[in-house]
Amino acid sequence: MAILVDSNTRLLVQGITGKFGSFHAKQMLAYGTKVVGGVTPGAGGTTFENSVPVFNTVGEAVKQSGANASVIFVPPPGAADAILEAADAGVSLIVCITEGVPVMDMVKVRRALEHRLNKDLTLVGPNCPGVITPGQCKIGIMPGHIHKVGPIGVVSRSGTLTYEAVGQLSALGIGQSSCVGIGGDPVNGMDFIDVLKLFNDDPQTEGVIMIGEIGGGAEERAAAWVKANMKKPVAGFIAGTTAPPGKRMGHAGAVISGGKGRAIDKIEAFEAAGIKVAPTPAQMAETLKSMMG
Amino acid sequence: MKIHEYQGKELFRRYGVPVPQGIAVTTADEARAAAEKLIAATGVPVVVVKSQIHAGGRGKGQVHKGTEVVGRGVEVVKGGPDAARDAASRMLGGRLVTIQTGPEGQIVRTVFVEQGMNIARELYLGMLVDRDTRRVVVMASTEGGMDIEHVAEHTPEKILKAWIDPTTGFMPFQARQLGFALGLSKDQVAKFSALVSGLYELFVKEDCSLVEVNPLVVTGDGAVMALDAKVNFDDNADFRHKNWEELRDVAEEDPRELEAKKTGLSFVSLDGNIGCLVNGAGLAMATMDIIAHCGGTPANFLDVGGGATEEAVTKAFTMILSDPEVKGIFVNIFGGIMKCDVIAQGVINATRALGLKVPLVVRLEGTNVVEGRQLLADSGLAITPASSMLDGAQKICGLVSGRK
Repeated sequence: MAILVDSNTRLLVQGITGKFGSFHAKQMLAYGTKVVGGVTPGAGGTTFENSVPVFNTVGEAVKQSGANASVIFVPPPGAADAILEAADAGVSLIVCITEGVPVMDMVKVRRALEHRLNKDLTLVGPNCPGVITPGQCKIGIMPGHIHKVGPIGVVSRSGTLTYEAVGQLSALGIGQSSCVGIGGDPVNGMDFIDVLKLFNDDPQTEGVIMIGEIGGGAEERAAAWVKANMKKPVAGFIAGTTAPPGKRMGHAGAVISGGKGRAIDKIEAFEAAGIKVAPTPAQMAETLKSMMG
Repeated sequence: MKIHEYQGKELFRRYGVPVPQGIAVTTADEARAAAEKLIAATGVPVVVVKSQIHAGGRGKGQVHKGTEVVGRGVEVVKGGPDAARDAASRMLGGRLVTIQTGPEGQIVRTVFVEQGMNIARELYLGMLVDRDTRRVVVMASTEGGMDIEHVAEHTPEKILKAWIDPTTGFMPFQARQLGFALGLSKDQVAKFSALVSGLYELFVKEDCSLVEVNPLVVTGDGAVMALDAKVNFDDNADFRHKNWEELRDVAEEDPRELEAKKTGLSFVSLDGNIGCLVNGAGLAMATMDIIAHCGGTPANFLDVGGGATEEAVTKAFTMILSDPEVKGIFVNIFGGIMKCDVIAQGVINATRALGLKVPLVVRLEGTNVVEGRQLLADSGLAITPASSMLDGAQKICGLVSGRK
């Protein structure tokens, strides 16, 4: 089962001829992801790696290749446009990897897609590592080889902390159902709750690791949702306990402002919801394991 | 990115947001001339001399020169041009310490001389992107001139909000809702509506992350005007605002953070003594946390990013090595895109150039980890390897505390 992506996912790569896009398109192909097309305006009619047809527009690519998902490696000035083009072309999953998309662009994208998101369209990111269902489909930039097929779902705002959690799980011999990086930007697509709902309903998933960080209130809302609805154990971690207020810590969304978004409040919300918080980021997997008996 | 009040007001003027007349100057004599000009132009004998630093709380802040407190960050001057010159000379070159600057304060290099206003009411107006609704929210309050975070915490009902649909912009009905609730007259509501519309246009076109007017005032003759201007830009949008470089005041920014930015690194200076080099923002924060958990204190947040080159890593490591406060270094890498051998080579390059005088603990995991570990082992450098991030944090904290 798993969530969002599986062996039936047919993927387009927007920005397939760029430095970043071409490198990761090759990595995804090597992992076994069905990359059925690429899009680069002006490069239509060419072939990538002797196997993947490249198109000028997403609309044409979807029509010709039967793609149902698209991953975006388009640089920040064109990223919002790329998301809306993919939505217009009719794919049902859009994963935007691009880091550095202006916030006002994402405000407009969210408004434009308001009536479709989490109905016939799912947006993951931007500024995220992507989504992987181990053994079936990798969409994004995560190192495929650290993953293992199994029962644990991982959802996170941070890329490398996701890898950290996955690495710890695999080292304990525990595999993953799917891993979703929702991204570090203040305005994005899926949030924690959207992903948790899918894990809750997924028969393969038996437990979840949820990794948050300072900034905003998404972790607090997710904790309330877990308390009311989640049927499976959730372990968590919040990065940024030692971050000074008012400073943006790498991610555009990772900033404590006006006393809001502090790690301590998020940790308290997790604990109040029965989410066991790992004492250090090195103990995320063992914390979840201790809850699963 | 932050800009000064006088720069923010220049933007306000361009978008039709009423502001008092003012002139920014960098010497006391220029301040005198500015005051003379403003008094002649407006017929108002009062001017306000305002220190221009990026931190808030200037009005209540104190200007220090040497060990002495010489005045406040903002002064209302009723004694004419000579008094304005004296006020400016107290501020310029002094260290202004406010609740937001920390005890070291910020050096005042520019003052803004502004016409005095006859104020009937002080209100608050703010605009930012609300992450929960994913829209720009306008916040208004009758509690102008106060610390708005204090108001939000103790009397949240006094903060009125309106969320702006990006397809319509700020609507007149929203202005009426906010304006009448603030107790404005019909005539003032119309002026308030035009002012907020202008600010929203500015917010969108200039890619702001925050616009704050505290106070927004109603003057004695019923005008609605921005008496202060705090404008922050969304750094992600810098590619479409070439003029931001002219607005940037490098004297207000941490030189090392600026230097890192030029290399594509994300760096924040902290107070501790353990330097960190990490890939990924989340892991970089988590590394600071785990150092604190083990009893140490991080000297910096440093994310070299996912696709850093050997040069960028060399640069990053050089920055850490050249910080005199750093008593130990922890390199924590979970290479996904980032290849461990690239990191290792960067660390070796920088160390060969500068020498290694403090303990160095390296934890490498992920892509090309074998090659990376081999490079470090063959380098002949005194590196302590770690098997996990907890192991690494414990080792560096132990080594640093042992050296005290």
